[in-house]
Amino acid sequence: MKKRSRFIFSALCFGFAFLYVPILLVIIYSFNDSRLVTIWGGWSIRWYIELFNNDNILDAALLSLRIAMVSATCATIMGTLAGIALTRIRQFKGRLLFTGMIIAPLVMPEVITGLSLLLLFVSLQNLIGWPGQRGINTITIAHITFSMAYVAVIIQSRLTNINESIEEAALDLGARPIRVLWDITLPIILPAMVSGWLLSFTLSLDDLVIASFVSGPGATTLPMLIFSKVRLGIAPDINALATILITIVAIGVSIAGWVMHQQSKAKKA
Amino acid sequence: MSAVLASMDATFRERLWKKFIVFIPYLWLLLFFLTPFLIVFKISLADPLVAQPPFTPLLQKSVETGLSIYATFDNYLYLFQDSLYLVTYINSIKLAFISTCFCLLIGYPIAYGIARSPQPTRNILLLMVVIPFWVSFLLRVYAWMGILKTKGLLNGFLLWTGIIDQPLELLYTDTAVYIGMIYSYLPFMILPLYANLERLDIRLLEAAADLGARPWRVFKDITFPLSMPGVVAGCLLVFIPAIGEYVIPALLGGADTLMIGRLLFDEFFMNRDWPVASAVAIVLLMLLVLPIVYFQKRQNQELLEQQ
Repeated sequence: MKKRSRFIFSALCFGFAFLYVPILLVIIYSFNDSRLVTIWGGWSIRWYIELFNNDNILDAALLSLRIAMVSATCATIMGTLAGIALTRIRQFKGRLLFTGMIIAPLVMPEVITGLSLLLLFVSLQNLIGWPGQRGINTITIAHITFSMAYVAVIIQSRLTNINESIEEAALDLGARPIRVLWDITLPIILPAMVSGWLLSFTLSLDDLVIASFVSGPGATTLPMLIFSKVRLGIAPDINALATILITIVAIGVSIAGWVMHQQSKAKKA
Repeated sequence: MSAVLASMDATFRERLWKKFIVFIPYLWLLLFFLTPFLIVFKISLADPLVAQPPFTPLLQKSVETGLSIYATFDNYLYLFQDSLYLVTYINSIKLAFISTCFCLLIGYPIAYGIARSPQPTRNILLLMVVIPFWVSFLLRVYAWMGILKTKGLLNGFLLWTGIIDQPLELLYTDTAVYIGMIYSYLPFMILPLYANLERLDIRLLEAAADLGARPWRVFKDITFPLSMPGVVAGCLLVFIPAIGEYVIPALLGGADTLMIGRLLFDEFFMNRDWPVASAVAIVLLMLLVLPIVYFQKRQNQELLEQQ
């Protein structure tokens, strides 16, 4: 038994080293003074200064943030409705198709989603003259579409674990459905909605392939800009950018983990 | 009487309310998820054209014949005649399959180790699996470029330790693509495996050990078979997106790393051949229909079990 736990222990060490060493190296080399990215030239923050003086990167980051905010909010609303529909409404026409359309985007290759949405936008443009210039609007719609599936699944798994009897009791006591939704269902699923929003936000901020398909001239998101830069090789200012993003994510996830830990402690007490 | 009316009114309103909840996401998905696939299929039956949009319309109006339908299977025939496409499809499946196997081999002990850790450690370890998952995919792939370069960190380290005396050619090869795939998709394998292994009844393992089974036998006959749902879920979550992967082969792969996602991207953006790109997408979708439907069925089953 002892031998085996030693194997598990080394597997854990190896696994986490594998996951974290590349990230740590990017962080360390973002403070490298040398332009040659793999040769150490002493500590410096020049790439951070260069980053903040680069208007292209700042513009792209702002654009990505705007798209991520809007699409995460819409995806959360729509995904929540879909999650409620899947768990609380047993029968409606085309339920099978609906479940299929919720689950399929989770595993659909991005190239297919991107290509098909672009062709939809082009066809709509020819048919009804909308959406006009492709850019922020089309990227946002695309991001809502794939993010809402993730939100729906999160809400669905939360609602299936919650006893429906509270909602039924409220209905029996004469509360209107909208009131039951507002006063009972929504507070129950609020934590799931928050994690759904955060996930949608990250997915949107992260997406390169779908945005490349549905974007038009003039709308360059942060991943598109990073990709066009690193395609040509390693760029030291991208190391600095990566370090900033990784720090934000690590802080955010740690806070979320801490809050959840406190909540579960409070529940036990 | 009025009470009856009120309750009728209430059920009517309830129904209307339920319809509203279903209607909005349903309509959205029909318009932005299902319709696009039908359009891709339609365009895959067209001929390329130097125009805007660059393909022939399905319905053609002419003075002599009136309205007629124009559809061709040329694009599909082309895919099967040109060996490049066939080789690319097979190569994508091979790359995705081998990456999935490695993810399982590496991910299983990690998931098992986390599930068997005492409580506070377990949550921290789980959090540590999730953090890379939230860090930009693109940047994580990019991190490997610096490591795998010929004058990169890995070669530098190996030369320094004296394990090799010539730098290895790693970046822009299939090896780099495998490393990138395993690295990026590992959390997708660990999380479902962990969710399954955490629920495993440890008394079964203890009973087997008490009855004299060796650790390997306990694993082979009890742990692994019981964790099958997690294994299947993890493998599908890695395999399906890996087949259509674009970023990893584009950044880490060489010119000869053929993957279908990359081919589709290039066909569309560089050759601007929309009908062929659509046909490539439809064939890829056909390849994935079975695993995707299977994945959906399992998800539904799991939800029913929870209920």
